[in-house]
Amino acid sequence: MKSLFALISGVIFGLGLIVSGMANPQKVIGFLDVFGDWDPSLALVMVGAIGVGIVVFTYAGKRAKTFLGDDLQITKQTVIDKKLVFGSLIFGVGWGVAGFCPGPGLVSLGMGYFEGFIFVIAMIAGMLIFQLIQKERR
Amino acid sequence: MHISWDVFTPWSSLFGGCLIGLACALLLLINGKIAGISGILSNVFFTRPQEHLWGGLFLVGLIGAPLIYSVFGDLPQSVMQTSSIGLVIAGLLVGVGTRIGGGCTSGHGVIGLSRLSMRSLVATITFMFGGFVTVYLMQHVFVQVLS
Repeated sequence: MKSLFALISGVIFGLGLIVSGMANPQKVIGFLDVFGDWDPSLALVMVGAIGVGIVVFTYAGKRAKTFLGDDLQITKQTVIDKKLVFGSLIFGVGWGVAGFCPGPGLVSLGMGYFEGFIFVIAMIAGMLIFQLIQKERR
Repeated sequence: MHISWDVFTPWSSLFGGCLIGLACALLLLINGKIAGISGILSNVFFTRPQEHLWGGLFLVGLIGAPLIYSVFGDLPQSVMQTSSIGLVIAGLLVGVGTRIGGGCTSGHGVIGLSRLSMRSLVATITFMFGGFVTVYLMQHVFVQVLS
């Protein structure tokens, strides 16, 4: 039952990415191209998502439980370190190269774009490389 | 800075953003989970077997969303911005970077900022900066060097 809602949440998330323009790399590059012909549309995606999000997280924080009475699994990580900055920077560069972040990459795969498929496979390979390096270090 | 108003889509972008917020709300208030997509993807493929069912279904929903959309209307066209090699490089960077940094546009950018997390604010500013600089270099510097 709960899992069904995870599926529905995924669908709504994906619809949001399509409707907002986030799934179109042209919109993303247009948004990131602040020194060229800047398309500010995607700033409004953040406004909409965070606007809803702040209300929801404030409410959820007060409840501290889901509607079904389970604990909320929210990260308690607050550390700001080199890893956070270095990783985010690498991610940002990758985002700027193709105009895909993880969600829109997956949605583009679902739209039937071969480019989305290539991106997703490479992204999973990147995650695998991270896992292997992690294991090596332990 | 020059704003290209002709391609500005404030209402659909705002509405799409609200849908994304709604999806995060649903996952949080029913499943108690955070809709960080890079994290879910990594957990489903590499770690945490207990997260596979809900995470896998979330990803199926995400990938299946275009199919649902196409029932109601024509899907908007995407215009790709790079070659296959560019896509491979981008995918590798996004995969490694989101794991090192512990999140992406959804986990840090939407959820982290909604939770007023300073950690996510630093991550978001950093990946936005990385994106701005990369696009500047690719659209305005290297293009001129190459042409």
